Amino acid sequence: MEEKKHFTISIYSENNVGLLNRISAILLKRHINIESFSTSVSEIPDVYRFVIVVHLSQEKVKKVVGQIEKQVDVIKAFYHTDEETIFQESALYKVKSSALFEERHIQNVIKESHANIVTVSPEYFVIEKTGFRHETEKLYNDLAPYGLLQFVRSGRISVTKSKMGISEILNTFKNNQ
Amino acid sequence: MATTKAKSMHISGAEAVIRCLLAEGVDLVYGYPGGAIMPIYDELYKFQKELNHVLTRHEQGATHMAQGYARTSGKVGVAMATSGPGATNLVTGIADAQIDSTPMVCITGQVAYHLLGSDAFQETDIIGISTPVTKWNYQITRAEEIPEILAKAFYIARSGRPGPVLIDITKNAQFDTFDYQYETCKGIRSYAPRPVIEKSAVAAAAELINQAKKPMIVWGQGVILGNAETVFQAFVEKTDIPAAWTILGLSGLPTDHPHNVGMVGMHGNYGPNLLTNECDVLIAIGMRFDDRVTGNLDTYATQAKVIHLEIDPAEIDKNVKADVAVLGDCKESLTQLLPLVTANDHSSWRAQFDDHYQTEFEKVINKDINPTKAGLTMGEAIAAINKHSKGDAVIVTDVGQHQMVACRYAKFTQSKSNVTSGGLGTMGFALPAAIGAKMGAPEREVVAVIGDGGYQMTIQELGTIFQAQLPVKIVVLNNDFLGMVRQWQQLFFDKRYASTEMINPDFVAIAKAYHIEAVSVKDRADLDGAVAKMIASDKPFFLEVCVEKEDNVFPMIPTGASVSDIRLE
Repeated sequence: MEEKKHFTISIYSENNVGLLNRISAILLKRHINIESFSTSVSEIPDVYRFVIVVHLSQEKVKKVVGQIEKQVDVIKAFYHTDEETIFQESALYKVKSSALFEERHIQNVIKESHANIVTVSPEYFVIEKTGFRHETEKLYNDLAPYGLLQFVRSGRISVTKSKMGISEILNTFKNNQ
Repeated sequence: MATTKAKSMHISGAEAVIRCLLAEGVDLVYGYPGGAIMPIYDELYKFQKELNHVLTRHEQGATHMAQGYARTSGKVGVAMATSGPGATNLVTGIADAQIDSTPMVCITGQVAYHLLGSDAFQETDIIGISTPVTKWNYQITRAEEIPEILAKAFYIARSGRPGPVLIDITKNAQFDTFDYQYETCKGIRSYAPRPVIEKSAVAAAAELINQAKKPMIVWGQGVILGNAETVFQAFVEKTDIPAAWTILGLSGLPTDHPHNVGMVGMHGNYGPNLLTNECDVLIAIGMRFDDRVTGNLDTYATQAKVIHLEIDPAEIDKNVKADVAVLGDCKESLTQLLPLVTANDHSSWRAQFDDHYQTEFEKVINKDINPTKAGLTMGEAIAAINKHSKGDAVIVTDVGQHQMVACRYAKFTQSKSNVTSGGLGTMGFALPAAIGAKMGAPEREVVAVIGDGGYQMTIQELGTIFQAQLPVKIVVLNNDFLGMVRQWQQLFFDKRYASTEMINPDFVAIAKAYHIEAVSVKDRADLDGAVAKMIASDKPFFLEVCVEKEDNVFPMIPTGASVSDIRLE
């Protein structure tokens, strides 16, 4: 068996209400767990981008991406290793405000982590940290002793080091019409 | 950009659906009415001269009829149903069409837009349910969407690797009026159905083929779906390469063609299975290396260089790694390949297939089609059909032992003649599919060959045959068992026949209740005459052949075994 590793699947697609279901069905059919998921507009107007992280062998991710790309509303799908992408995750930490004033150490934790304070109120404050998983996790571990009221982390967002060439695909289609 | 424009007119969404179907050349739909699709049925009533609607007895029947129609006509089959249970009853047929690449458009009614998500009467999320088994699906909630979406639906269903599309239309969108104008779909920017063929891949394939000493072709339904039969036959004859078929490729080359060496796979022929593991170049054309074809992949044709001609990029390297992949429509790729391959003589290699056929004939085939034992065999029933249809009939089969026997022994002189449920293995497929097959090729004889189990899964479609007065010939090979499961129980579960024996009704009486002429045959002496009478009839006809209860289908490759471990007994 080929070794499993993390792959980032990037999908450029039309904005169709059922497409998310279609993509997740392809993963579900093969009993593949989604490690992380995010979607947004892409650099091209009216073209959407999904970023999905999976833990699979290269052989399997290649087949899955083939099935995803086969979908009518998918313009192009890619998979990349961590080394081939630049990726980040964002995390939000909600801590009670008394901790900030009563425990001086917490101020150093925030400073060293290069996290941003998003909001402060008499009851709580919210810190935002964007970075690699180990960085948001470290801040989580450092803040946990002071009592986290809430914690949430986004799915991975990533751009690739290589070109995607989506505009070229769309232009070729336009020119052939 | 060339367009087919109709004049703009102010009409209801329901009428627009009918006009779209007519614009796509549809003159026949199969379906079943219900609350959420009533506006469309009201328009069907008004348009009944232009558009024939066949009322089925179950929505599953509508999908299989649409499939049968598509398989013999080469056109897109259309099925309609209401929301909720009507829609969910379509799912089996849709899944069957998806795995067997059958072009089909299903139209379902849906509760009104403002009721979506309210658990309204007969509301079900058919988009969610059908997503994994459709090539594309879409929910229309506004009448204005109808022309563009239906145009896309037909374009997607028939282009590239064909497949089923489901369009769900909310009731308000059927009632609302709008300015209708139709344009056929010429392309979708996110969808490239016909890959551009790489000249270098074609050249590399030709080089491998020209150097091969023991080449072998395995072709699939791609040859038929791509209308590539003529160029395929020319390719086979010029290169002198033995050619074997997958079950869905059957009839793509006449069964008596000297290069046709039979079926590959679990119950395929002895020679092509054994020699798959001896050939030096395996040329796969429009097929997908299903596990029923390959057996154990680790021992499948490992000695051979593999050339794969395929329209669907996701099939390349999916199960078997291709040394040369020629992506594209196989009619185009074979046309490019033909001048590059040299005329060859592989007669001594082809003789090996003949030798294996002789072995199989003595040990299996002769006993099947010329039996001397008391009980009737499925094989002799198929042989009688061959004799009286002169190999010119469309044979529609269900799933199980009779299917394997029919596909092994049926004779075909022309393409689009074999209609069977291959990938999904849907029992209950044959009777409704035969109705569609007959309507897709009305000038041809259509014989449905069905087991006693599968027949009873969709037996209600006898009502459709009766009402539409369709001269479909129905042969039930009755062994009072779910025969294939029983065979596996005998071979792999120490004869523990768990729930496979069937206490069957009087099938002749049932057919007669639908005013269909019916005959039952128990003795060999009566078989030939009964089949002759059936083929000669210009009306629907039912023939029950009571066969030996515990016959097995051989050869057989047990699940997980290698193709070279094929057993003759």
